[in-house]
Amino acid sequence: MNLQAIAAIYGFEMNRTRRTLGQSVVSPVLSTSLYFVVFGSAIGPRMAEVGGVAYGAFIVPGLMMLTLLTQSISNAAFAIYFPRFTGTIYELLSAPVSPFEIVAGYVGAAATKSTVLGLIILATASLFVPLEIRHPFWVLGFLVLTAVTFSLFGFIIGIWADGFERLQLIPMLVITPLTFLGGTFYSLDMLPPVWRTVTLFNPVVYLVSGFRWSFFGHSDVRVEVSFAMTLAFLIVCLFTVRWMFRTGYRLKS
Amino acid sequence: MIATPGASSSVITVSGLGKTYATGHVALKDVCLEIRRGEIFALLGPNGAGKTTLISVICGLVNATAGKVEVAGYDIVADYRAARSRIGLVPQELTTDSFESVWATVSFSRGLFGRKANPAYIEKVLRSLSLWDKKDARIMTLSGGMKRRVLIAKALSHEPEVLFLDEPSAGVDVELRRDMWRLVRELRDEGVTIILTTHYLEEAEEMADRVGVIAKGELILVEEKATLMRKLGKKQLTVELTAPLVALPQALADFGLALSDDGIRLTYTYATNREGDDDGLSIAGLLAALSSEGIAFKDLHTEQSSLEDIFVSLVRREP
Repeated sequence: MNLQAIAAIYGFEMNRTRRTLGQSVVSPVLSTSLYFVVFGSAIGPRMAEVGGVAYGAFIVPGLMMLTLLTQSISNAAFAIYFPRFTGTIYELLSAPVSPFEIVAGYVGAAATKSTVLGLIILATASLFVPLEIRHPFWVLGFLVLTAVTFSLFGFIIGIWADGFERLQLIPMLVITPLTFLGGTFYSLDMLPPVWRTVTLFNPVVYLVSGFRWSFFGHSDVRVEVSFAMTLAFLIVCLFTVRWMFRTGYRLKS
Repeated sequence: MIATPGASSSVITVSGLGKTYATGHVALKDVCLEIRRGEIFALLGPNGAGKTTLISVICGLVNATAGKVEVAGYDIVADYRAARSRIGLVPQELTTDSFESVWATVSFSRGLFGRKANPAYIEKVLRSLSLWDKKDARIMTLSGGMKRRVLIAKALSHEPEVLFLDEPSAGVDVELRRDMWRLVRELRDEGVTIILTTHYLEEAEEMADRVGVIAKGELILVEEKATLMRKLGKKQLTVELTAPLVALPQALADFGLALSDDGIRLTYTYATNREGDDDGLSIAGLLAALSSEGIAFKDLHTEQSSLEDIFVSLVRREP
């Protein structure tokens, strides 16, 4: 195991985060704060409680997930796409590193960054709404698991993308709509039965639901199912990355 | 102590290497090559001949479709860690992390190749490349020549046994080129094996111990540079006469001399591998013949064909 290489890649990526601290941290925190101002403070008091939880508090897990998913994907996708774009990937491919070490470095850094962001957003949220967390361990568990899974997904997009437009395509056209329709701002109970069934095909529902359970102790979908679905997606991503490195897909000719 | 595969005198062994791209383009055909430990090997060839593909396969950037490569006895696929950790690669393109500092990017390379941080060594590398005063500069602020040095520093950061320089002089000014040649010689003196590809034959001629010529994906020749020059090189002796000659005397016919229009200059072209032949057609033989014919001369000079001339004639010879 080339631990030095993992540390080098991880350090390099975290350094990039430090260099771009403004756009890395300030902008997601600002946009999440705006959601709290609009949905929590302005609209929230006029909404009924959802499952015994004030609306302002109810949306916290969903908003954290929204940031976590988009940030994990964009961080990891950019991290591997940029060296491909500039050509500096030659060094990575010629180094004595295994695919696992490359992934551990890049995905580890992207996941760390989005986990920290998630925690910052949680801290920001607690300034707007009173929060009581029922299962803190599970909050952290879901946070890390989701960050790792979607950073891995972002890494795949970064290898697949052959232009900056494509890099944005999946996060903009797929992830954001799925997150908005994944119960970020509502409980599935609020939907008509048909849409409730349709929604169950949206993987983000399971993430938000499980995460909400760890906050409030109840959820739309059973927590075990949420956990299993996230894990299943992680495994699919792992196999996809393994296939990409084995075949050299868009990395080697 | 167990004998390691790295103990042999050849540091890279390429056998039956082939690369056909998905498009059907055959970039390498049955390439066999041994690179000796500690030598400077120049790989020459026209654009698209397969030089970069060959380097890319050895370094792990491109998958071969046939054959195998060993670096210090380690297979580049099965033992890729052992093989790659011995190699430093300076690519042809100036591909750098624009936003990083010189120090950070060179330290990153060392870590990537599995080496523990060693600031003293990085400092030595940066100083030897005249980069020390730029160590905190962002790479994007550097000139093209400086960026080339940064790429060399990155390749040397993990103390490789073999250094690949792919077109090291592309876009580099004369001063930097001289600096680089000096550095390459110093590295060779320290025991590093150097393989360079170049268009500048002057570069190969100046530095290489051996030369390989690649054309259309095939290695058409590998030879000691000196031998190659001797085998294929030509020398020309020009003799300036004191008085013009109207015609060449019969006694000089065997030399195949050319007489200039004004009759004042005689040109004698001969293969360098004839030197030492005792058939009377050597320079000494010619001068003796001139003297016995009573032809006086006031000056003479010789010219030797360059590697460039040899190279052009070799590549042209290919169908």
